[in-house]
Amino acid sequence: MNQPVDVVEVKLPPKPEFVGVARLTTSGIANRMGFSYEAIEDMKIAVSEAITNAIQHAYKQEENGTINLHFHIYSKKLEIIVSDKGESFDVAEVRGKTRPYHQDESIEFMREGGLGLFLIETLMDEVEFHQEDGVSVQMTKFLEREQVEMDAEAFSPK
Amino acid sequence: MNITVDVNKTDGNTIMKISGEIDAYTAPKLKETINQLTKEDGKNVVIDLTDVIYMDSTGLGVLVAAFKKIKTNGGSFILTGLSNRLQRLFTITGLSEIMDIKGESK
Repeated sequence: MNQPVDVVEVKLPPKPEFVGVARLTTSGIANRMGFSYEAIEDMKIAVSEAITNAIQHAYKQEENGTINLHFHIYSKKLEIIVSDKGESFDVAEVRGKTRPYHQDESIEFMREGGLGLFLIETLMDEVEFHQEDGVSVQMTKFLEREQVEMDAEAFSPK
Repeated sequence: MNITVDVNKTDGNTIMKISGEIDAYTAPKLKETINQLTKEDGKNVVIDLTDVIYMDSTGLGVLVAAFKKIKTNGGSFILTGLSNRLQRLFTITGLSEIMDIKGESK
């Protein structure tokens, strides 16, 4: 299971109007692999968040550059990699700040964004960030996770 | 895919029905429409999300901004018509504990 069975690559301009295209591609591939409706919707959000981040942070909304969207299709999992060659940001710092809202939060000071990374980490099974000539986010969703979880006592899903 | 926003005003209450997908592309348009509505003080706003088929953090950001503005101006802010998917988004981000969501399935 170390080599993907199939690889799909999409290059997108860093423009917001292409975030929807990335979602359609994601749902097409995930649907083909037999993922549940819920899992597909989770992946659509995670992919959108990663691409929105690349547009806003890496390219500062400039329309030059490319966002690479790679799908590594395995028999039991889908690995999605979103990478850019844009300006880097401190992943550790942003990750530290991203968190859900708290019940007692002061309305006046509620954050109006910054939930993107939190959603990616919450909605995907495994997430890795790499920084090397840009930022890349590698997100994995396992097929039949429920069954894997039931067997988790016996062996780990990896 | 685009977004449409229908606004209905009845004495002091504004009902806003959003249809379509809310993402990085459509969120600015939604923000602009909401900003127009939240200019006045003491507004009671109901946002109907029944026909929203997709939303991510960009949409949450717009709604949080509107919520803050309306609340600090003494108005009320109610969300309605959330699908299970949208409800999940509000639950995992903690927003369902802060915002008034009608017909919430807990």
